[in-house]
Amino acid sequence: MIEKTVAELSVALASGDISSVELTQAYLNRIAELNTELNAFITVCDESALDQARAADAARANGEAGALLGIPMAHKDIFCTQGISTTCGSRMLQNFVSPYDATVVKRFKAAGAVTLGKTNMDEFAMGSSNENSFFGPVRNPWDTNRVPGGSSGGSAAAVAAGLCAMATGTDTGGSIRQPAAFCGITGFKPSYGRVSRWGMIAFASSLDQAGTLCQSAEDAALMMNVMAGLDSKDSTSIDRDVEDYTATLDDSLDGLKIGIPRQHFAQGLNAEVEQAIRDALREYEKLGATIKEIDLPNNHLSVSAYYVVAPAEASANLSRYDGVRYGYRCENPLDLEDMYKRSRSEGFGDEVKRRIMVGTYALSAGYYDAYYRKAQKIRRLIKNDFNAAFEEVDIIVGPTSPHTAFKLGAKSDPVAMYLEDIYTIAANLAGLPAISIPGGMVNGLPIGLHLVGNDFAEAKVLNIAHQFQQQTGWHRRKPSAFTQEG
Amino acid sequence: MAFDKSEVEKIAHLARLQLSDSEADEVTVRIGDILRLIDQMQSVNTDAVEPLAHPLDVVQRLREDEITEKDQREELQTLAPNCRDGLYLVPKVLE
Repeated sequence: MIEKTVAELSVALASGDISSVELTQAYLNRIAELNTELNAFITVCDESALDQARAADAARANGEAGALLGIPMAHKDIFCTQGISTTCGSRMLQNFVSPYDATVVKRFKAAGAVTLGKTNMDEFAMGSSNENSFFGPVRNPWDTNRVPGGSSGGSAAAVAAGLCAMATGTDTGGSIRQPAAFCGITGFKPSYGRVSRWGMIAFASSLDQAGTLCQSAEDAALMMNVMAGLDSKDSTSIDRDVEDYTATLDDSLDGLKIGIPRQHFAQGLNAEVEQAIRDALREYEKLGATIKEIDLPNNHLSVSAYYVVAPAEASANLSRYDGVRYGYRCENPLDLEDMYKRSRSEGFGDEVKRRIMVGTYALSAGYYDAYYRKAQKIRRLIKNDFNAAFEEVDIIVGPTSPHTAFKLGAKSDPVAMYLEDIYTIAANLAGLPAISIPGGMVNGLPIGLHLVGNDFAEAKVLNIAHQFQQQTGWHRRKPSAFTQEG
Repeated sequence: MAFDKSEVEKIAHLARLQLSDSEADEVTVRIGDILRLIDQMQSVNTDAVEPLAHPLDVVQRLREDEITEKDQREELQTLAPNCRDGLYLVPKVLE
């Protein structure tokens, strides 16, 4: 059962082949057995999960239905969960128990999904390897000496190793898609504003977006049907009809125009990864798509602009952690300033402090025009590049990451780590929907195929990803050390 | 743009962070590297470009000014490191 997709489990639950309690217990057993090795979960909720599973089974007995009713899932530990600890991977929030549920959490609860626990992540979602967690690194199920990617590394590893059927994540610069690529699963970031950010701990508010980590584009569509929609509590959530994302999954790709950016197949891309991506593109040609080279001339500036915008917004968002109302407070403060400074210095890890300082610098008197305003102008150029590209093509396809998962400790230099997100960041700056799907294998490790769609073209992106998964079996590959017949 | 240790000490204070002397040395090097990455932006002329602050070109939604939340003061204050009689306690500010 553990190998099955959400869509398949949904059928098994509906037909009575298995109960939610049995399924939930099976995942809890896997977590008990394997989490010590992977460190994918920070918190496991055995009792409440089984309570929710019993409630789901009872609801079904009463005639209720729903694709996610009784499906066991995990939430990234950035989403506030009432009564369950929410740490954001930080010592600052080690003992924080939210008094409310994030809108995303509330929506999954209302759909009858079961919360198995909260997944590990880079502290405050800042990182691309999950090595920045206060709770220790997550290990990649394909090779436990390697990173799972980040920042949603716990969610990605948990799905890949069969510790949950599906998981939530957040993506500010690639934090869903890069770990999905490294762990051989499907990771979807919707358009900015499509999913409510309320109750999702803020990192960079103009870039953060909640999304899905699961085994297939079809599963992502099922999750999106629950997650997406207007929320009066998030003033940036969009007032726009929510489609049934499963309705168009089977649409033909005959005549589809795919753009491949020259800039994503240039220097820096591993040759074997490039070959795998080109092989994957041939699958699309078999499905009737035509492929055309395009230019995204300002893409190479996306990392630079991002490392102004994201730290600047983070420095403002994280000023709330002052040791007064909640979160970590240092011992025996001498005075108020000492309390602020030591609480923040002891509560935050090195990468978070670096980004707060970079952001503070970029926003400080005399530097605003050179940094923040300049970055916003670059952001416009990047958005214009996409607008021009979508005049010619329906979807932009390339690699998610320049290489496969790297070894723990391999990237100690922050700038080298930042460049991990070279292909994913532009979609956040432009607010576009994007997905990473398993596109091949290189030396026993999965690689991600990255698809970027136009504004609010969620259904189209999921359709294009699903058609690839109907044609190929890459998304069905599992890490052999974590495979179990069940 | 010059970036030295005194600059790091200044921004650490603005951000209410405390750095030891050796930490400040390391942070100076690391942030220097990050600023060099950021400075690649300066290679493009953007004089005529309108800044994009946000991916959505929308106007902020407004709502009626009415009370929608219930009083959760006690519940919320249980999260505080130090609280008494409904007040958040901090080190003495005035003598």
